[in-house]
Amino acid sequence: MVAAKKLEVSNLSIDYGGKTAISGVSLTVREHEIFSIIGPANSGKTSFLKAINRMDLFTSSMRVGGDIAFNGKNIRQWRNIYALRQSIGVVFPLPIGLPLSIYDNVAFAPRLAGIKRASELDEIVERSLKRAALWDEVKDRLKSLGSLLSGGQQQRLTIARALSQNPQMLMLDEFSIAVDPVTTMRIEEMLKELKKEITIILVTNLVQQARRLADHTAFFLTGQCIEVGETDAMFTGEVKDVRTSEYIQGRFG
Amino acid sequence: MNESTNQTVSHSIDDCRNLDWYIDKFIQVFVFIGGISAIVFIIGIFFFITNEGIGFLFKSGFQLTPHAVSLLEEAKIPDDTLAALDELAGENFETATELEAALEDVLMPEELSQFQALIVKSAVYEPFSISEFFTSYRWKPTSEWNPTYGILALIAGTASVTGFAMLIAIPFSLGAAIYIGEFATGRQREVLKVLVELLAAVPSVVWGFIGLSIMNPLIIRLFNVPIGLNVLNAGLILGLMAAPIMTTIAEDALKAVPDRYREAAEAMGATRWQLVFKVVLPASKNGLVAAVLLGVGRGFGETMAVLMATGHTINLPTSVFDSVRALTATIAAELGETAVGSDHYQALFTLGILLFLVTFLINLTADLVVRGIRKG
Repeated sequence: MVAAKKLEVSNLSIDYGGKTAISGVSLTVREHEIFSIIGPANSGKTSFLKAINRMDLFTSSMRVGGDIAFNGKNIRQWRNIYALRQSIGVVFPLPIGLPLSIYDNVAFAPRLAGIKRASELDEIVERSLKRAALWDEVKDRLKSLGSLLSGGQQQRLTIARALSQNPQMLMLDEFSIAVDPVTTMRIEEMLKELKKEITIILVTNLVQQARRLADHTAFFLTGQCIEVGETDAMFTGEVKDVRTSEYIQGRFG
Repeated sequence: MNESTNQTVSHSIDDCRNLDWYIDKFIQVFVFIGGISAIVFIIGIFFFITNEGIGFLFKSGFQLTPHAVSLLEEAKIPDDTLAALDELAGENFETATELEAALEDVLMPEELSQFQALIVKSAVYEPFSISEFFTSYRWKPTSEWNPTYGILALIAGTASVTGFAMLIAIPFSLGAAIYIGEFATGRQREVLKVLVELLAAVPSVVWGFIGLSIMNPLIIRLFNVPIGLNVLNAGLILGLMAAPIMTTIAEDALKAVPDRYREAAEAMGATRWQLVFKVVLPASKNGLVAAVLLGVGRGFGETMAVLMATGHTINLPTSVFDSVRALTATIAAELGETAVGSDHYQALFTLGILLFLVTFLINLTADLVVRGIRKG
């Protein structure tokens, strides 16, 4: 079965005031898959995510070239950039709880979207927290500050928040940095479940995490996409570039 | 042997108070004096103002007015009676009857009858009562017959001008701070910040001059009122004066909100305005309150511009076109012309105590609110 193309990136280049972060990246993410991006630090993984969500607008020096098509439509041609961001959820490396209660954190995006009915919001909050495997731990203290949760719980809170607006795609940027191994495993299980409903892009510096989860994997090195392929094939040695296998085997990075 | 000599030598070098040691000690003492002087000055100022003004607050009872004494002196009285009368003039009596009894001791019956005639012209008076001080709107310290010290009109003047100023300054300064902090970018933002800080440095007498020579004719012409020096004029001037400082402090408060909050909210598809209204403003609430409070304190304590733009007329304002007089302006205008230690002099210092207390409370509240940010 050939799944539909969710995201098509062709010849993407990004630079920050003359300093190149990414050049000539082309890849395709299919619907209902986990697509992982691996690579050492400074290889342009985070910049890649920023370009997809049009977060380049936050950084005035950031210049993006090439084409990105989401659902077959060039993201530069989206007239309402806020709607684009609403359909692409992002989870940052370090959990960013807004200075609000747990409930308000998760209800933030739905409220922005104009949902006011308490019952509807309650339902969204519960569903999102359940999907992020956090519901059981916080259901009795939804009104307390989100920043009082532990690091792992906060990260799941940000995942719940990203899921609250029913995105079509979820991008996770090294989500496991601030999370303990047990929580990491729980989140990974949850992502496998989530894959049935949405498309996931997983940026990770844990090679084994990509192996466990991803259908396709891209290897980034110093701003270039060295290789894209099926994860299983890549990890069983079917690589086109020697640097990929060296990185996977932990010789550098 | 050789080793031990070495030790002695190095020991004597180590334990020598050299230039560095003295410089360090000197700097420490100097810095300490600088730091402690703030406290010393505050306490000193507080004691000075209180010492001069507090006597007025607790003064009560009755005494002869200078005017009554001078009238009695004009009448033909023997010298020894005159001396006794002079003594009496400085004394304080709890009730009017006691004062009269004392007068009876000093004066001959016929002189007493003259005095009785004087009573009709309020020869005795109540120099002070706290309730009168705060509830009377009659501020007539220079009246020869019956000086009164009611500060209600002055409080009303200061309050109306400050209140009106805040009505203007709060929306302007918060708007400016939000624009500079959240919307403006790059060079525009830098230029705006510098200009706002420049605006904060304009001397208050210049603002007063603008109120006097530009706003005054403008208000007269626009609203067709007889005088343009009024609450509206002073409020506008004061609002424009306070706004730059409030903008700077409010912008600092906005800047203290971490950028990651903004990115997180924007990544979820919040528009700029939603981001500001739902995330940034709630997160910087304390700093914004502090900015407003400091603006109020500034408005309350401002003297020169208010003196020039209010019209300096004792009045309980009923509209923004009424001239008023402010507490600060009253002190500035009258203190130079009073005799040291006189009732008037003391009354002005009592105004000083009041101002000091109010500005102190406002600043203290602002400070506590800012501390609240750091904790939360």
